[in-house]
Amino acid sequence: MPDFTVPLFLSLKVAGLATFFAGILGAGAAFALSRWRSRWCDVVDSFLTLPLVLPPTVMGYYLLILLGRRGWLGQWLAHWGIELVFSWQGAVIAASVVAFPLVLKSARAAFQDVDAQFENAARVLGIGEVAIFFRVVLPLASRGIFAGVLLAFARALGEFGATLMVAGNIPGRTQTLSIAIYQAVQAGDDGLANILVLITSATCIVALMLASRLWPDYSHRGRSRVRL
Amino acid sequence: MNMQVQIRRRLMAGEREFVLDVEFESAQSRVALFGPSGSGKTLTVQAIAGLMRPDGGRIVLNGRTLFDSEAGICLAPQERRVAYLFQDYGLFPHLTVAQNISFGLKHGWRNPRRRDVPDAARRWVEAFELDSVMQNYPFEISGGQKQRVALARALAIEPDALLLDEPLAALDVALRKKLRAELAALQQRLDIPMILITHDPEDARELAEQVYLIRDGSITGTVPAHSL
Repeated sequence: MPDFTVPLFLSLKVAGLATFFAGILGAGAAFALSRWRSRWCDVVDSFLTLPLVLPPTVMGYYLLILLGRRGWLGQWLAHWGIELVFSWQGAVIAASVVAFPLVLKSARAAFQDVDAQFENAARVLGIGEVAIFFRVVLPLASRGIFAGVLLAFARALGEFGATLMVAGNIPGRTQTLSIAIYQAVQAGDDGLANILVLITSATCIVALMLASRLWPDYSHRGRSRVRL
Repeated sequence: MNMQVQIRRRLMAGEREFVLDVEFESAQSRVALFGPSGSGKTLTVQAIAGLMRPDGGRIVLNGRTLFDSEAGICLAPQERRVAYLFQDYGLFPHLTVAQNISFGLKHGWRNPRRRDVPDAARRWVEAFELDSVMQNYPFEISGGQKQRVALARALAIEPDALLLDEPLAALDVALRKKLRAELAALQQRLDIPMILITHDPEDARELAEQVYLIRDGSITGTVPAHSL
């Protein structure tokens, strides 16, 4: 029996970290965009959504230009002895970037759905603005944000194009499940491909089921109507 | 008891211009603003609560200056100690009745716990007979109970004034009568100024001493409540 645990755990690690970063940054950007009243708002939103519509290989190419040895960020990082290209950390960055817009879109809609009256009610009760964010706005938007985070996880787990461009295909180091499947099929190893495909499918289904069970359902409370 | 309100604010809604220019002064503790919808009633109480910033004017309640454009004073809603009963109550849908009532008594970034209710809130829980619904969510209780919860939440922080925005408009006729009597009884117990806004002459007659007529953004006259 071939060892499928290595790409499985690598994939979970990469997708988990990418979901974390995409979640924090996506929700933060979404909140800023939902409060920022300017005509530039939609321009910034479109720009941040680019990773969703650009082909992953194009995204990967941009990241290579940015993070590669001759890239300006890559050169700067090299000074500190950090090299992201062809490393699993590079795979995390590639997956974070392509998963980010999924959180942004859902979270922005969720923040905009929160009725301003609840914030005003908290203000007249003497609660400060930061506390209002954590006690009122975030909980009311949480279901929508969470739906986006879940999609981001699925997208990060399935990431192929950008990851291959940035992190390459090094068995044991940067070879994630999706890339291992491609390699197995190319090599004619149908047995391994079957196992990897089944494992990926099962992981996604279990994650989806767990997530919708763990999250409290606020939808019947008249807010955050996003259904998982 | 003394209140002095003088507010100017110009608003643009698309092509339409609305000018709010309200001025009244009263030594009575129970005052009503009476007028049709769209006359600027809600904007006026929002300015008193600090939720809308006027272009100019002065707001003084019981000798405390909340807003004075000439002196450059504009207290944040959090510092005004003015309770605001919203038209549809604005109860936090993600919190239980107990948590809603203790909301303003708990500072910091976390919401009050489900079980312990501070003594300051206890008093109103008993006064409004809310014991049986403390662990319910707002969507699980009746319209009359919602209003009592909103009142308990507003009064728990021991405000210096109470603003009532169409408090009975969301209720059916039979309940409206009952709650009007309840509010009148509550007014006898509380020694704070109250400003009620309504389009129902019956509300103004029973809940106010002095009535200001408001139309198209300005006060058109004042009458004693019983003669309305």
